[in-house]
Parts: sequence; structure tokens; C-alpha cells
Amino acid sequence: MTFLNYVLSGISLGSIYAIIALGYTMVYGIAKMLNFAHGDVIMVGAYICFFAVTRYSLPPLVGVLAAMAVCTVLGILVERFAYKPLRTAPSLAVLITAIGVSYFLQNGAQLLWTPNPKVFSSVVGTGRLALFGGQLTVSYVTITTIVSCIVIMIALTWFTGNTKMGKAMRACSEDKGAAQLMGINVNSTISVTFAIGSALAAIAGVLLCSAYPTLVPTTGSMPGIKAFTAAVFGGIGSIPGAFLGGLLLGVIEIFAKAYISTQLSDAVVFAVLIVVLLVKPAGLLGKQVSEKV
Amino acid sequence: MKHTARKMLTFAMVLTLLVSLCSVFALADGDGAFKVGGTGPLTGGAAIYGNAAMNGAQIAVDEINAEGGIQFELKYEDDAHDAEKAVNAYNALKDWEMQLSLGSVTSAPANATSAENFNDHIFALTPSASAPTVIDGKDNVFQMCFSDPNQGGASAQYISDMKLGSKIAVIWKNDEDYSTGIRNSFMDKAEELGLEVVSETTFAAGNDTDFTVQLTSAQAAGADLVFLPMYYQPASLILSQAAAMGYEPKWFGVDGMDGILTMEGFDPAMAEGVMLLTPFNADAEDDATVAFVEKYQELYDEIPNQFAADAYDCIYAYKQALEAAGATPDMSAEELNSLMIEQFTSMTFDGLTGSGMTWDETGAVSKSPKGMVIQDGAYVGLGTDAE
Amino acid sequence: MKNKSLNRNARKNFVTYGLVIAAYAILQTMSATGSMSSSLKGMLVPICAYVVMAVSLNLTVGVLGELSLGHAGFMSVGAFTGVTAAMSLQNIVPSPILRLLIGMVTGAVFAAFAGVLIGIPVLRLKGDYLAIVTLAFGEIIKSIINNLYVGVDENGLQLSLLTNKMALADGGKIIINGPMGITTIEKLSTFTVGFLLVMLTLFIVFNLVNSRSGRAIMAIRDNRIAAESVGVNVVKYRLMAFVTSAALAGAAGTLFAMNYSTIIANKFDFNTSILVLVFVVLGGLGNMLGSIIAAAALTILPEALRQFADYRMLIYAIVLILVMLITNNPVLKGYMDIIKGKLTGRAKKPEGPAPEGGAGNGK
Repeated sequence: MTFLNYVLSGISLGSIYAIIALGYTMVYGIAKMLNFAHGDVIMVGAYICFFAVTRYSLPPLVGVLAAMAVCTVLGILVERFAYKPLRTAPSLAVLITAIGVSYFLQNGAQLLWTPNPKVFSSVVGTGRLALFGGQLTVSYVTITTIVSCIVIMIALTWFTGNTKMGKAMRACSEDKGAAQLMGINVNSTISVTFAIGSALAAIAGVLLCSAYPTLVPTTGSMPGIKAFTAAVFGGIGSIPGAFLGGLLLGVIEIFAKAYISTQLSDAVVFAVLIVVLLVKPAGLLGKQVSEKV
Repeated sequence: MKHTARKMLTFAMVLTLLVSLCSVFALADGDGAFKVGGTGPLTGGAAIYGNAAMNGAQIAVDEINAEGGIQFELKYEDDAHDAEKAVNAYNALKDWEMQLSLGSVTSAPANATSAENFNDHIFALTPSASAPTVIDGKDNVFQMCFSDPNQGGASAQYISDMKLGSKIAVIWKNDEDYSTGIRNSFMDKAEELGLEVVSETTFAAGNDTDFTVQLTSAQAAGADLVFLPMYYQPASLILSQAAAMGYEPKWFGVDGMDGILTMEGFDPAMAEGVMLLTPFNADAEDDATVAFVEKYQELYDEIPNQFAADAYDCIYAYKQALEAAGATPDMSAEELNSLMIEQFTSMTFDGLTGSGMTWDETGAVSKSPKGMVIQDGAYVGLGTDAE
Repeated sequence: MKNKSLNRNARKNFVTYGLVIAAYAILQTMSATGSMSSSLKGMLVPICAYVVMAVSLNLTVGVLGELSLGHAGFMSVGAFTGVTAAMSLQNIVPSPILRLLIGMVTGAVFAAFAGVLIGIPVLRLKGDYLAIVTLAFGEIIKSIINNLYVGVDENGLQLSLLTNKMALADGGKIIINGPMGITTIEKLSTFTVGFLLVMLTLFIVFNLVNSRSGRAIMAIRDNRIAAESVGVNVVKYRLMAFVTSAALAGAAGTLFAMNYSTIIANKFDFNTSILVLVFVVLGGLGNMLGSIIAAAALTILPEALRQFADYRMLIYAIVLILVMLITNNPVLKGYMDIIKGKLTGRAKKPEGPAPEGGAGNGK
């Protein structure tokens, strides 16, 4: 039973990584950029929800919607002012700008909301579902997170497969130049991608803080890096890959703590990652694109 | 094209460099006040501690200056909880012609700045850098807080004396010197006293969100008391996750736990029954504490933690020592250094964080920690007759 | 034509050497005459260390064309092994400068070894997958050193992992103490040693880049398949660049660590790797002089912004974003070209190797 309990807590942790990784991977898949500020957008979303629910006593659903609205606007603004002017610039220039945005959001949050930690109250309650007469328990947050992940995955897959905008996104992802020639507005397509990615970040932020309720301006940075790792693990750009990568990373992390050493768990997690990438150089579900000569 | 851009950038950077050089040259002037400087994390993940210390010290400086006797000028520089930046911050304070130092707020940067204090003969009294290495081998660096070993040993002693638990679990943060230092001395003392430690698990900066494994291990080993040598942020997560698991041991914390009740949105019921040793209690009813807490709340809109109280005490301790030594603001840092060493090793100081405090030559403070227990969302003193 | 471009490269390299020497001479004079603030004086050694970090990372990112997010990991390996060497020889080698040099060489050797170790998986991967492996490497190093205890006594070095299990003889001392890191470092680093390390780094990097090997490395960056098809040993040359870069970072780590009385493993985290990457990108990929200036300017900038107190890091972030936007703005670039054209009276010639091939190429 202890083993199963560890599996369940691995899945809880992993589901959080997964939902953050979905946003990472989607933006990467289409805009081909590592948005290092994603973790900080998550933090902003969590703060907005916190203020709505705790300070202004609004219902949790309103808090989540407010967080999504603010993050979407924030995502569009950041994209418009920081990333859009760099559309033709080398990818590393965009990467550095994203890091600048990340610093900006963290320090801005600290000035606006002070560095004092806030305790986030879970939007879905702190209850747990008991199985097998209480020997196994799963928190509602975990269930909500996994359901959200699956819904988001299906929605994203449907959106990119069936809508006009979604198809345009896939075209941009394949070949920006050719997409342009086909009459697709590459610029606005990428902007929409960021808007969606930021809305996802808001949901991830709310769920992250519902599961692990301490909220500080740096809340998003470490989960952001872990989620980025998860996205690469699963094959960056692949939506199911992000989900799988997130869950696996969570389970490996809990197992490493439980069965190897709590002290060296991070080292073990990253060592597993390296080994997996050696065997599958494009991640678990990533496409191995053969080079054209 | 690219070449031009690079030229431009080079030009811009050379310009920045020049401007920067000019600004580091600007020196401040003195005006009949003792210049007291300190470094602390004012930005970044540990910013709460640095800001608290800065605010606490500022309140003391304002009070003393209003009295009209000794005058202080206080300057805090940001070190972002990093040794390299702390040395930079320290050097900036030196350029400002700092006469007395408040060292650094956190231990890792303080290890670096205290060595500088020692080399430059600038006296330092750190409010909260509690690692023994901060003062080790430096005759002019003193601490206002207890040192980590002191605290770990005292905790084990307290648990043993009060028979609080028979099977003990320890969860500590293995990439932080504060937590590791307390844990090490706790373990040594526990062994000496015959306390049974049944589970010992750790976490680190990157994985400080999920504590299922640590708590499951403690529960499975049948621990009836869990010792948490850590700051209150991870502690609050541990408490809430244990509550969700239905695990209800006794909890024993350290002074870093102070502040848990002031977290916005924290449910005090979570911390019900948590015991901790802390030198400062914002709910204490003596006049000095009440006045300080009121003033702090009025100015900064939050309840002060022990960092603020320690820094407040540092300034008053300086005042007492300077008055006793008959020091004047025109003295050099070096002259003040020897006067302060003399005073601090001989004086007795009463402050918010303890009364009858004395210092030995190593710079360690001697004061007795107060045992506290959280009841109905407030600290209640744990007398020796408790339990 | 080929000769001409070689000459231009050589001239550029000499300009870089010259500027570094001139900067050293000026700063040293200022320091000697006492007209330098403590702030600046305290930053001289770290600036040298960051310059070496930036130039060596530029070799990986700019010349080899692979994005590395774990350069601080090599710095960490170098710092901890180098300091351990220097500290354990305290009683055997009396000369402090010699101890520092031994420390730096040890740091470089161990970092090079780590470079080989991590270089093997790196060779199998490309682009962002490679980046994540380097990131993972940095995290692993951090995690291990945080749990490493090293002590020295008359019987030599003792090591233990996870907890301090060492039984040191009398007179022995702990060097690396887990998360507390090393707390009793002798401050041996000096600006002059830092300057010499910068010069040595430039010498190694320039010679590598302008050699047959360097051209092979750049050929791999520009088109791996083409390079392979003309018989360039891809594995060998990629490893060569990667390991050289790691070794230099290791020496820089020792230099950096021995400038402070304390060093902890968490100092060399992901953020430090990113910081150095920012120097490289800002200075221009493949442009060593740019890296030097960017490293110096961006180390001083946050200090110069101290007067803005709380807003300091916010301003730093804004400056970072603006610099990237301005230098990549096509309109401004064109405008600058016109001005430059008018000033010099001739059209611009295309540069030698395309320096901005960057990571993520070879798709």
C-alpha cells in the first residue's frame, strides 16, 4: 500500500508538472521559443486568484477566470512588446529577452505584492477521496489537475486539428515561410498562441498553489524549470508528451526520495533524464526528424 | 548589419561602464551621526528576512534619533542572499564610510562579509546570521541571535526534559546551512540524551513542495514528535500536508518558524499545538514589545518577526555600548572597532529578544530561548511546568 | 581573399589583447594611486572570472553552436576541487601564489574531466535536448556537492557523502562541509592573476578558433552533415571545443572561489549559467571582445544601480530587454548602417564567419 501511495503522490506532483509543461510545449511547438517567463506568468495567475478569493472573498471560479483574464492580457502585452519585435532575430536573442521578462515579472511582483509569503486557499477544497477503506487517498486537487490536463489536452488537440486558427498554428510550426506564402498571418497566429499559453499558465498557477499553497514572487521559477524538463523529457512540442513527461517526472521524483535518498533525489531525477535522452534523443514521444541534406 | 549592431552595443556598454564607474566614485559625506551599515536580502527569495531586519533597525534608529542624544544614520544594501553580492554590498557601504556594521542578515553571505569586517577592522553585530562560522576566529564579529548549534542542542534538551516525545522524526533542508547546522547539533545532543530518532529525511530548494515521502516515513516509523529545523515557509507546507494525510504528531520548531502565523491566508488551526523555541514573541505583553509591534504595524502594515526584533535590538545595543564607551561620530571605524570589542565583551543588554544578554570573546550571545506553543492562533509561553 | 580575412582576424585579436592589457594597466594604476572605490576594487577579480566564463561559454555557444545551460556546473567543479587542492596543500606548499596556481590547474583538470563525462551524451544530442542535458548536469553537480563532505588530516584527504562520517585525526580540518560549502578559504586571488587568466583564455580560444581544428569546429556548426561528408571527425572536434570550454570554466571557478572566504554549491545554479549566457548573447556570438565587455558591464551594472534600491533589479531586467530589442531592431540597424556608411565613405563588406548561427541550428 505504501508503494501505491507513493505512486499516487508521484502522480499528484506529476500532474502539476504536466499542466505547466502543456503551456511550455504548446508555445515551443508553434513559436519555437523557450519561454522562460512561463513560470512567472504562472506566479502572476496564482497571485490574482489569491487576491480575488482571499482578499475580496469572491467565489473560486471567479478567481480562476480573473486569473485567466489577467494572464491572457499579460501574455499578449509581453508578446507584443518583448517578443514580437524579435520575430526575425536569432533564437538566442529571444531566449535572453524571455529571461529578462522573467526577472521583470519576479521583481515587479515583489515590489507590488511584497516578498512575504501568502497562503493560497485551494480552489477545490482540501478534501481527499479515500479508496480501499482509507488506505489510499487522493486529494481533490490532484483529481482536478488530472482532469484539467486531460480536458486541456483534448481541447488543444481538437483546436489545432479542426479550427482554422489551429491549422494555421500547425502550419506555422512546420514552416513559417511556407505558411506566410499560403496567406497565413504568422504574426497574429503566434500572438494567439501566446494568449492561449498564458491562459493555460493561469490555470496551472491556480492548481499549483492549490496543491502546494505557499505563494511568493519566486513560486513559479523552480516548477517552471522542472516543467520545462518534463516537456523535454516527453518530447518538446508534443502535447501528449508533455502530459506523460510531467507525470513520469513526478513519479520518478517521489520514488527517488522514497527508495534512494531524499538528499540526492534531484540528482537522481536529472540522471534518469539524461539516460532517457541517451536512449531516446528526442524525448519519449518526440518526433525524430531526420536531417535533410 | 550584424556588425553595426554589435558596434552599437559595444558603444552602449562602454557608456554603461563609464557611467557605472562614475557612480561608484560618488562618496557620501558625514554629519555628526554614526554611520551604521548592513547587508541583507532585500530582493529575491529571502527578501522577507532582509526587509524585516532593515525595517526593525530603522525603527530603532528613528526612535534614538528623535531622543536627541546619539545620532545614527542607517544604510542597508541588498545582497540577494548571495555571498558575492554581499561583498559588493559591503564594499558599497565602505565607500559610504560605514563606521559600524550590522553584518549580513543571512548566514551564507555573512560568512563572506564577516571575513571582510575582520580584515578591515570594522566592528560587526549581525542580527540574525546564526551559523557558528560567521563569528569563528573573528574577534570583532558578534551575533544578536543564538548560534545554530546552541539552538539545536537547546531543542533536544527541552524535548528530553519535558518528555515531549519518545520517537522523534527530523525533517531538514539539506542545502541550507541554517537547517543543517541545527540538525547536526540536535542529532548530537539527542544521542547524548538518549532520545530515539526514528526517521530522518530531507528536502532541498528545488523540491520543497511535496513532503509526502518525508511524512510517510515519519508516520510509518511511528514518530510521535517531528522536529522541524527550518523557516516557516516549508514548515507551513509540511503542516498542511500532514493534516491532509491525517498525521497528527507533536511538532517542534525553531526560531525560523516564527512568522508562520502572520502569513496572509494561513489557517492558524494548522499550527495548533506547534511548539518552538524563539527569543522573540510578537504577542508578548511587555511595554517594549507592544510599542515596537504597534509601530512596526503602523509603518509597514505587518507583524514584525524575530529578524526585525533582532535588528532593533542591535541598534539599541550599539547605542548602549557607544554611550558607555563615550564614543563620538568623528572616530574612525578602526577606533570604534576596539572600543566596541571592549564594551560588548563586558556589557549586559536588555532588549526585545531577551534580557540580561551577554557576549563572550567569540562573539556568541548568551540568552535563554523561550519555549512557546501555538494555541488558538497565538503564542503562549511554555513554562517549565508545561505538559 | 583568404589571406585578407586571416589578417583581419589576427588584427581583431590583437585589438582584443591590447584593450584587455590597457584596461588592466589603467585599473592597476588607479588601484595603486588609491583613486579607486572599494566597490570597484572588490569587483575586479569576479569580473575577471566572469570574463573567462563568458569567453569559454562563447566557445561552446558561438563557435561550436550548441546551447549550454550548465556552464556554472563546470565552474562549480573547478571551484570546489581547486579550493580543496589549495587548502590541503597549505602546509606543504608555502607560496600562496603557487597554491593558487595549483588550485586553478586542479580545477581546470577536474572540470575538463567533467566535460568529457558530460560531453559523451552531449555528442548524441542536438539543440534544446542538448541544452536540457547541460542543465541537468548543472543540477546534479549542485546536488552532489551539497551532500559532499571533504576533510584533510595528516593521512590525506577524506571523503564522505550524505552525512559527515569522517573521523579526522587531530589537527585535521573539514574543507567542504555539505550545504555550508567551504567557509575558511584563504583569499589568494588577485587582480593580476585574474588578468593573466583572461589573457591565457583569450590566447587558447583565439588559437583554437584560428587553427585547423577551429575551422573544423565552425564547419560542424554551420553544417554538420557537409562537414562530416568531407571527412571532418565530428565527435572529436565537438568534444575538443566542449572540453576546452569546461576546463577554462573550471579555472575561472577556482579564481572566483578564492576571492571570497566562503563558497557554497547553490551559488553555481541555473541562474548563474543563465547569467553567463546573457553575457555571451549580449556580447555577440563568436565575438570574444563583446563577451569581455558584456561580462564587465553587466557585473558592474547592478552595483551602479544601487541608488535605485528596491527598483534596482527591475531596472536591470528592463535594460536587458531593451538592449535585446534595440540591437535586433531592423529599422535602427538600417539607420546605423547609413550613418556608418556616411562616416566611412564605403559600403559595408559582409563579415567572415556568420556569428549568429547559434543554437538550434542544424535542423
